[in-house]
Amino acid sequence: MIKTLLFSTFISLVLSACSLEPVQPWDRDLLAQQKMQLVADPLEIYLDEHTYFSKEASSGGQGVGGGGCGCN
Amino acid sequence: MFSRLPIFFAALLIFLTLPTFATEPAPDFTLPTFPDNIEINLKDFKGRVVYLDFWATWCPPCRKSFPWMDEIHERYKDEGLSVIAVTLDKKREQIEQFIKKTEPAFIIAHDPTGKVAKTYELRAMPTTYLIDRNGHLVMTHTGFRSIDKEGLEAAIQEQLEK
Repeated sequence: MIKTLLFSTFISLVLSACSLEPVQPWDRDLLAQQKMQLVADPLEIYLDEHTYFSKEASSGGQGVGGGGCGCN
Repeated sequence: MFSRLPIFFAALLIFLTLPTFATEPAPDFTLPTFPDNIEINLKDFKGRVVYLDFWATWCPPCRKSFPWMDEIHERYKDEGLSVIAVTLDKKREQIEQFIKKTEPAFIIAHDPTGKVAKTYELRAMPTTYLIDRNGHLVMTHTGFRSIDKEGLEAAIQEQLEK
């Protein structure tokens, strides 16, 4: 019984440490760099987004903006 | 029963928009200016309208807002406007480089740890706060696009006329 209790306490403590702190806007200087984008080529992103927007416009298209820096 | 619906919706609308009209005191802060390291406090600006802007050199819309902030500083400083641009950059060299290029005439303050940004609950960059002559927060604006200029200037004018 005690073993189970200790084990479950240990598991709950370990799991509670898994939560991630969100990156604050002022800590996003590295994330805002061009090399940190999923696709580093701006033209390729533009073309991909244009296609996506045209195809998915009825459901909002590119409704959420931003590339990590939190600027707009 | 249905005759009361418009009244209910009107009351709901007023209730939902109440926080927009409510003004609260702007959180106080003390920060060093850049590059002179002179301590400034928000209380020093009581009696003036403060345009408080949080920015960083790595944020493109923040850089874009600089010429405009210079413009409004020149245009309204004698009417009682103080522009304080708080940089959240960690590296001093980056700020130095940017300032050398843009030569802003308004106040630059430095908050490398983001302690003041945290008290203002900053969600994105740039974020602008308009503080009235009594030290109350009257407007918050996130981002900076060319189409925002007109609205921001109108809000500044409105506060200056009060």
